Amino acid sequence: MDFNDTAVQAEFRAEVQEWLAANAQRKQAGEPGKMALSDEAKLADAKQWQGKKAAAGWGAIAWPKVLGGRGGTPMEQVIWRQEVAQYDELDDFFTIGLGMCAPALMAFASNEQKAQYLPRLASGQDVWCQLFSEPSAGSDIAALRTTAKRDGDKWRINGQKVWTSGAHFADYGIVLCRTDPTVPKHKGLTLFFIDMKQPGVDARPIKQADGGGHFSEVFFNDAVVSDDQVLGEIGGGWKGCLTVLMNERLAVGNAQPTGFARFHELSKSLQINGKPAIDDGMVRSHMADWYVRYAGLKHTNNRILTALSKGAMPGPEGSIAKLVAAPMNQAINRYAVQLLGQAGVITDPTLARMQAHYQKEFLFSPGVRLAGGTDEVLRNIIAEQVLQMPQESREDKTVPFNELPTGL
Amino acid sequence: MNFDFSDEHKMIRKQAKVMLREHASIERVRGVLDSEAQYDTQLWQQMVELGWPAVAIPEQYGGLGMGQLAQCVIAEQLGASLAPTPFASSSYLATELLLLAGSDTQKQHWLPQLAEGAVIGTVAISDGDTPCVYQDGAISGIKLPVADGMAADFALVRAQEVQAEEAENDELVDSWFVVALAPTLRKTVDTLDPTRSAALIQFESTPAERLGASGQAPGLQSQLFDRAAVLLAFEQLGGAGACLQASVAYSMGRYAFSKPIASFQAIKHKLADVFTAIELLRANAMYGAWALAEDAPDLPLAAATARVAGCQAYTLAAAENIQVHGGNGFTWEFDCHLHYRRAAWLDGLIGGEDVWKHKLVDALKTTEQV
Repeated sequence: MDFNDTAVQAEFRAEVQEWLAANAQRKQAGEPGKMALSDEAKLADAKQWQGKKAAAGWGAIAWPKVLGGRGGTPMEQVIWRQEVAQYDELDDFFTIGLGMCAPALMAFASNEQKAQYLPRLASGQDVWCQLFSEPSAGSDIAALRTTAKRDGDKWRINGQKVWTSGAHFADYGIVLCRTDPTVPKHKGLTLFFIDMKQPGVDARPIKQADGGGHFSEVFFNDAVVSDDQVLGEIGGGWKGCLTVLMNERLAVGNAQPTGFARFHELSKSLQINGKPAIDDGMVRSHMADWYVRYAGLKHTNNRILTALSKGAMPGPEGSIAKLVAAPMNQAINRYAVQLLGQAGVITDPTLARMQAHYQKEFLFSPGVRLAGGTDEVLRNIIAEQVLQMPQESREDKTVPFNELPTGL
Repeated sequence: MNFDFSDEHKMIRKQAKVMLREHASIERVRGVLDSEAQYDTQLWQQMVELGWPAVAIPEQYGGLGMGQLAQCVIAEQLGASLAPTPFASSSYLATELLLLAGSDTQKQHWLPQLAEGAVIGTVAISDGDTPCVYQDGAISGIKLPVADGMAADFALVRAQEVQAEEAENDELVDSWFVVALAPTLRKTVDTLDPTRSAALIQFESTPAERLGASGQAPGLQSQLFDRAAVLLAFEQLGGAGACLQASVAYSMGRYAFSKPIASFQAIKHKLADVFTAIELLRANAMYGAWALAEDAPDLPLAAATARVAGCQAYTLAAAENIQVHGGNGFTWEFDCHLHYRRAAWLDGLIGGEDVWKHKLVDALKTTEQV
């Protein structure tokens, strides 16, 4: 056992380090850096950064060379992320486009379309978003109701999507629509890509429960797309959707935030009854529980990287990451807030400890337990895909979609 | 990044699994459960023949010198099978303590015998009504309980030592001693886990030889327990894994409301949580194994983390295994209670969750950045 790079990996890491040192801005401890920019300024900065990376060959490390990528390994992608994390750059701004939309284009688009869209995506010229979730289709995504109806050699899209990251500044999107409501729900879906600036597409920011606005809802009113914007087979959208989501699984090495490191700092600096919080029995008991999970995830991630490093697919251990991290992040930040006593409720960043970090995380954390698979869906995935337990009996798999009860 | 056991270690794990499937079958475990036997002597002989007690003993003392990683993969399989043997007491505790604190003469005397299975050792820590005191080359007092105390030929005994030179203030210091158990009075003690044996041992001026320096008992015990915690975490990992496997298998075949109960989310979510606890344990135990094998400076933190994860995961898996089995799980006939008992036994062996949570946070306190 060791935690070292192989010779090839070490060489790659050195190359990354050298380029970043010359071209990127190092993070300053305690400074919010570019995270404090306005949304518009962030977008402009992220586009510029992606363009700079692409020009130097770092734009899409794991993409094939012929499509404008570096032809690198997933492990090299991880090494990049580890190194760039020390810099004040908005490096993961285009994750959805690069990591989810692009693989769908690679799998299903024509060669002309690939040549037209992928290089612009890789270099940050175009921003892509992914339009799956709907107001009445969240965990049960195949229940979506946005329709695409054939009209000659075109399609007309009508309906509403929600929780789309970055839709209000996206140039293109991939959208999953119902093309046949008379067959069981998984069989009547088709995947399209669409110009987000075209008539009939209206993206509006959503104000989240924590007050932030990272997501949009998108309305389609007779938005017209052509036949060649179908990705994959008509009625084969579910399969296409799984291809996209599978690539999400490969986006490993991104540690899920647990809140532990910040809490560790707080436990040493905060005084309770005249002694550091870390000496308090109640605090210690919680801390030990959380550290077991924090360290367990860290070492689980190292097991995953070991598999990637050997060119193998990671095992089922990766499925626990968000299920452990998200509820823990919520619990830790809620605990920190109450530990601060009356001052714990202050959200003014100029008055609250750590610029109101714990309060902001406390308010944002419920969303993390929902996004990208709820806690409950993740438990089902572990039970069904890892432990091989059977699905619940599902009438919705065989009954035509338009005969299913909706509660609407 | 190569955070995995080597092919050689995986091979040892597989061999251990195959051997234990035959020689530590559940029938054999129940053979010890339902009898007066202290352990399965036939199984022990098999383990000796495969060289397991010799694995972590250096070659210069007659061992195989294969290191602790090999011991870890064996421990996992022992835990999974519920093997009724004194391996933990003899290998993780007595052998490790001799390696840590023994003089060369003591090592030369005991380790080759341990390696070839000629003797079984244990450690005796918890005092009975009469605390153990060492004076003039002998120990008197009662130890209760001593894990595998009936099976062991010798024990490493923690006792208060009267300091002759400082007799004026009658100061006692805490030290370790090697004691052959043949002359002692011993009786079997019933415990939570009847597949493992424990004893009450009465010392009456029993000849004893100091192990390590005078007054070093607490420090050495702490070091010893850090090492044992990692090995026991692998036993807990094996045990918890066996519980989860049993839960899944039973839930697939058990029908309620005309469906396999495995299809109900109430059961699936419960077992997904057990799986999660086990994966956290596996990762923490593996890091502990690395820290143990490398004698890394953060071994105390790694060991405490593996230990807390081990106690939590095995307890959860064993309790939920009974729950998934319903009324059947509460019968003597079903095997669920054997894991429930073993989990509690392993908790007790080197101190439970709370003790180790304190050790964990003590280590975090001096950690600059996690």
